[in-house]
Amino acid sequence: MNEAFKHTRLAKAIVITILILGGFLMVLPFVWMILSSVKTDMEILQIPPTLWPKSITLQNFINLFTQMDFLVYLKNTIIIVLFSFLGLFFNAMAGYGFAKYKFRGKNGLFYLVLATMMIPGQVTMIPVYLMLNMVHLTNTLLGIALPGLVGAFGIFLFRQFMSTISDEIIEAARLDGCSEFYIFMKIILPVSRPVLAVQGILTFIAGWNSFIWPLIIANDQKYYTLSVGLALLKGQHASNYALQMAGSSFMVIPIVIVFLVLQKYILQGFNVSGMK
Amino acid sequence: MKIFLNKSSPYFFIAPALILLLLFSLIPIFVSLIISFTDINITGLADWSQIHFIGLENYISIFQDPNFLQSIGNTLFYVLFGVPLVIICSMGIALLINFGDSWIFRLFRLIFYAPSITNVVAVAVVWNYLYNPQFGLLNFLLHFVHLGPIPWLQDPTVAKIALIILALWRAIGVNMLIFLAALQGIPKAYYEAAMIDGANSWQRLTKITIPMLRFATFFVTVTTLIGWLQFFEEPFVMTGGGPLNSTNSIALFIYQNGFQFSKFGYAAAGSMILFVIIIVVTLIQFRGQQKNADNQM
Repeated sequence: MNEAFKHTRLAKAIVITILILGGFLMVLPFVWMILSSVKTDMEILQIPPTLWPKSITLQNFINLFTQMDFLVYLKNTIIIVLFSFLGLFFNAMAGYGFAKYKFRGKNGLFYLVLATMMIPGQVTMIPVYLMLNMVHLTNTLLGIALPGLVGAFGIFLFRQFMSTISDEIIEAARLDGCSEFYIFMKIILPVSRPVLAVQGILTFIAGWNSFIWPLIIANDQKYYTLSVGLALLKGQHASNYALQMAGSSFMVIPIVIVFLVLQKYILQGFNVSGMK
Repeated sequence: MKIFLNKSSPYFFIAPALILLLLFSLIPIFVSLIISFTDINITGLADWSQIHFIGLENYISIFQDPNFLQSIGNTLFYVLFGVPLVIICSMGIALLINFGDSWIFRLFRLIFYAPSITNVVAVAVVWNYLYNPQFGLLNFLLHFVHLGPIPWLQDPTVAKIALIILALWRAIGVNMLIFLAALQGIPKAYYEAAMIDGANSWQRLTKITIPMLRFATFFVTVTTLIGWLQFFEEPFVMTGGGPLNSTNSIALFIYQNGFQFSKFGYAAAGSMILFVIIIVVTLIQFRGQQKNADNQM
């Protein structure tokens, strides 16, 4: 017994050593990004590079807002995030419709929704651009938000969760004369808080990170989101790595904070075996 | 009144999402198919009478386009190396993290997951700096152990590998969580029975754990494969498809032709080819999975 115990202690030590090495490689880019973002322009171009900044400066972050239009990009990104929460609401509505009603064509329509998960973004990219261009929605924030507003996976998750809500509560509310929409708002959504939390966080992250549609639909810098603005920064200030790292930090750090605060909601709900 | 309400209300709930999916996912496929048979470009966009139906011409010339053929080859390279790497690394790390459940293992779960929620453009910008041959950290660290300098983004083959490393770094997190959830679903009794029968830890791993992860592995394989076939942001931000078109992917080729050269019809033809590739590859996977399941019976 004692020998077996020693054996597992050794194994555990090896496992932790490997994980520490791997974990170091995982966080290295983040650490380097933050350290470099507070270096001066001069220091960042030194050979060999300094590991720890000699003097810490916030000038790069200030330059994001003075030399670049990061305030505008930030405002646009927040608007896109708000739009995507409207999309989340539509997903929840559709999930409820598919979970709790019987209607003609229900299965067919649901399969149609699931089928859209198979469609790669590159196929819809060009026709959606042409369609939005036709109705003069290119180069508008609405045009940027619309294509990615709803998603089949969200609808699917809402349907899975809402199917488990008991029919009796809904029936009782109907007998009390509540309207269908009132039932959805006042009973279904509050009960669905766990799935709303996970979906809400993922929606925020996706909205904050959105890149492809803003890249395609926005021709004018006025409508750039942070991601597109950062790609532009990389092109315009190709050798100003301190500024680039400040821009990256500005995008990454808020998400990491959201993630650390809300991690217990995010890390659940990855059980695919339970989904089949 | 009530009956009327009950009959129309489900449609009221599903209508907004369904209309948006119809407009932005389903109808575009047909639009894409139609325009792939036309010569629509920037002049056609302004004046519809300039658009001509040209039959299969786009498809014929795209298969003679060396850039397109090269981007197919590059994408194949990404898939062949990227998919196994993602599966092995994320499964391996899930197995290691599943070893214990003290705070340190929970911390590692957070650390390995973190890259996957970050913005792809931001991390591509960071890695571009890490890879820089003069000022980058990686060559500096390699110099310490008397290796390198490695031309990370300058050599055609190394550049592809450099992009794979970045994408792997981002892909581990989500897939690791999927494997972890599956690992926690394996009944402990199996291991206890195997221990009684005298199975060593290697046998327990290969005869119980990995077979029990079959569904999770299948799920990760399919989603990773589709992801690599659509590889776009990393080459777009870091190399723009270069050097010498060596990191260009099919998805980036489509974007370049559509939105930089405004050859919408030509790009649509490319996107339809990508769509067919994805469908065929996915169907083959599902067939393989079904055969596997039948053999298990």
